Amino acid sequence: MSSHESSYEPKSATAKWWDERLPLPRLMYDQFVEFPTPRNLNYLWTFGGILTFCLVAQIVTGIVLAMHYVPSGTDAFDSVDRIRRDVNYGWLIQPMHAVGASMFFLAAYIHTFRGLYYGSYRAPREILWILGVFILLAMMATAFMGYSLPWGQMSFWAVTVITNLFSSLDQIIPGFGTSIVEWLWGGYAVSGVTLTRFYSLHYLLPFVIFGLVILHVWALHVCGQNNPTGIEIKTKSDSLPMYPYAVSKDIFGLFVFVIIFAWFLLFLPDYLGHADNFVKADPLVTPPHIVPEWYFLPFYAILRAIPDKLGGVIAMFASIAILAFVPWLDRSPVRSTKYRPIYKWFFWLFVFTCLALGYLGAKPAEGVYVFWARIFTLYYFAHFLIVMPILGSMETPKSLPGSISEAVLGKGSKSTTSSAPAGAPIGAPAAPEDR
Amino acid sequence: MTADVEDPERRDVLVIAASAFAAVGAASLIWPFIDQMNPDAGALALASTEIDLSPISEGQAITVMWRGKPVFIRHRTPTEVEEAKTVPVDDLPDPVARNENNPGSPATDQNRTLPGHEKWLVMIGICTHLGCIPKGQSLSDNKGEFGGWFCPCHGSHYDTSGRIRKGPAPRNLDVPPYSFVSDSTIRIG
Ligand code: HEM
Ligand code: FES
Repeated sequence: MSSHESSYEPKSATAKWWDERLPLPRLMYDQFVEFPTPRNLNYLWTFGGILTFCLVAQIVTGIVLAMHYVPSGTDAFDSVDRIRRDVNYGWLIQPMHAVGASMFFLAAYIHTFRGLYYGSYRAPREILWILGVFILLAMMATAFMGYSLPWGQMSFWAVTVITNLFSSLDQIIPGFGTSIVEWLWGGYAVSGVTLTRFYSLHYLLPFVIFGLVILHVWALHVCGQNNPTGIEIKTKSDSLPMYPYAVSKDIFGLFVFVIIFAWFLLFLPDYLGHADNFVKADPLVTPPHIVPEWYFLPFYAILRAIPDKLGGVIAMFASIAILAFVPWLDRSPVRSTKYRPIYKWFFWLFVFTCLALGYLGAKPAEGVYVFWARIFTLYYFAHFLIVMPILGSMETPKSLPGSISEAVLGKGSKSTTSSAPAGAPIGAPAAPEDR
Repeated sequence: MTADVEDPERRDVLVIAASAFAAVGAASLIWPFIDQMNPDAGALALASTEIDLSPISEGQAITVMWRGKPVFIRHRTPTEVEEAKTVPVDDLPDPVARNENNPGSPATDQNRTLPGHEKWLVMIGICTHLGCIPKGQSLSDNKGEFGGWFCPCHGSHYDTSGRIRKGPAPRNLDVPPYSFVSDSTIRIG
C-alpha cells in the first residue's frame, strides 16, 4: 500500500509483539503520521478530512435516530415528530442528521471542484477519482432514500417523481419501465411498503460508502496527494510528514466547518428543508410545487430542461456519469488550472453554470427559466465534451516551476531538479515554454 | 499403453461441470431475492372494487382508490363531452385511447369511455409524466387550458377526455379495466 519505505520502529515490547502479529500500528504510522504530503497544500485539501468527519457523524446520528424511528407508512411521520419533541436531545440529534446531510454535500462538492481545478483526476489518479464519483453516486442514493423517511409530503412526492423516472424505459421496451417501477415500489403506487425497503437500504448504503472511502484513501496513498502546482513530489524537500503539518491544518479547517455546521444546526435547523415536509404524506394531493433538496437542484434542472421524458432522464444520469471520463477528456499537458490562463475562465464559467442550474432547478419549469436551463445544460456538457479536449490541446500553459519547493520558496532554493526528469508524469512535462 | 499415463487434463470435465452447476445454482437463487421486492399477494388481492355512481351529479367528480392509486370518476356535462368529441385524433400528442377495455384503439372520446355510458369518464388519476396527481377534480381547481385536468408538477394539460394536449406527459391518462354491473354501479379491476 505504501509508496515510501516504512520508518516505523516499535518502541515497547508490546508494540513489537503486535508488529509481528498484526502490524496495524505500523500501517497507521506509515500512512497517517510519517506519510509525505506536499508542503504547499492549501485549505481546499482539508475537505477530505472534513468529509470523513461528515460520514462518521451521519453514521453516529443515524444509528441513534434508528433507535427511535418507526419505518412504517402509518407511523413514520409521527415518530420523527416524537424524536424532535419527546426523545431526550432528539431536538439536537435529528437536525444534526438532517443538516449533516446538507453539510456533507457542501463538502463533497467543494472537494470535487478542487479536484477539477487542480487536475487531481489525471494520471495516475484516475481510479482514485472514479472511486470518488462512485462515492458521490452512493451519497446521492443514500440521501434520496433518507429524505423519504420522515414521510412528509415532499418525501412522498419526491419518491414518486424520482422512481417514476424509470418508467421512461417504457419508451424503449413497452412495459419494462413500469415493471421496474412496480418492483421498486413493491406495489402499484408508492406506499409504506416502499418506505420500509428504503429504510433498509438507507441503513446499508453508508457502510458501502465507508468501504468505498477506504479504497479511495488507499488509492490516494499509492499515488500520493496532488497539490496546487500539479507537480509531483520529486525530492524530500518538496514534502512534509503528514503529522503534525497536514493534520494540524486539517483540524483547523474542520473547526471552521463545524462552526458553520453548528450555526445552521442551532439557529436555522429547518432552513434547508421544505415547509411541505411538515405535512404528512398524502397520496391523493400533490403539493403545488415540488422541489428536491438543494444539493439535487442542478441535476433536477437538467432533467427538466430536456423536453423528452427519456431524454431528460438520460441527460440527468449522464451529467454525473460524465465525471468518470474526465481523466481522458482533459488533454492539457499540465494538471493544474493555475497554469492554464484560458481554461481558468472556462473553469469559472462551469462553476457559474452549476450554480445557475441550481437556481433554475428551484424555479417552476416554464417560460424563460426553461430557456436558460437549456442554455446552461448545453454548456454543462460542452465543458466536458468540447472545452476540455479541444482547449486542452490548443492552449499554451504558463511555465511551471521546477519543483514544489521552488514554487514555495522561489527560484534558487535548494531544488536540484529544475528541468523535468525523463519519464515524469504530466504536471511536469517537458517544460511547456520549450514547445 | 497410453490409458495408464496420467492425463493432466483428464479432470477438467469435473471442474467445468462443478463450476457450471455452481453458476446455475447461484443464478437461480438470485431470482427469489429479486422477486421478493415485487408487489406481493396482498397487493394483488386488492385488485377489484365496486363504486356506486348515483350520488355524483352532473359536472361533479370523485376520486376513489384502486390498488393504492387514485381513480378519477367524472360525470361530464354534455358540453364537456361535445368538446372532447370535436377534436380530431390527428391533433393529439398521443393518438392511442389507453383504455384497457379497448386496447390499442384510436384516442376518440368514444374509445375512452364505455359504450352507452359516454358521460362517465373513469381514469387513473396519475400524471403519465412522473406520477403527480393532476388538479381538476374539485370545482375550484385549475383545470388547465383544455378544461380537463392540469398537472402542476411540470405543467401537463389534459382535456375533458383526459387526453394529454400540452406539456411533458407522454401518454393520455390511463383508463383502468372496469365494467358497469348495473346502470349506476361500476366495478374497477
Ligand atoms: C451517507 C450518510 C447519510 C446521509 C447522507 C443521510 C441522509 C439522510 C437524510 C437527508 C435524511 C432526512 C432527514 C430529514 O429531512 O429530516 C435522513 C433520515 C434518516 N436517516 Fe440518514 N443519512 C446517512 C446515514 C444514515 C445512517 C448510517 C443511518 C442509520 C444507521 C441513518 C438513519 C436515518 C433515519 C432513522 C432517518 C429518519 C429520521 C429523520 O428523518 O431524521 N442515516 N438521512
Ligand atoms: S408529473 Fe405531471 S407534469 Fe410531470
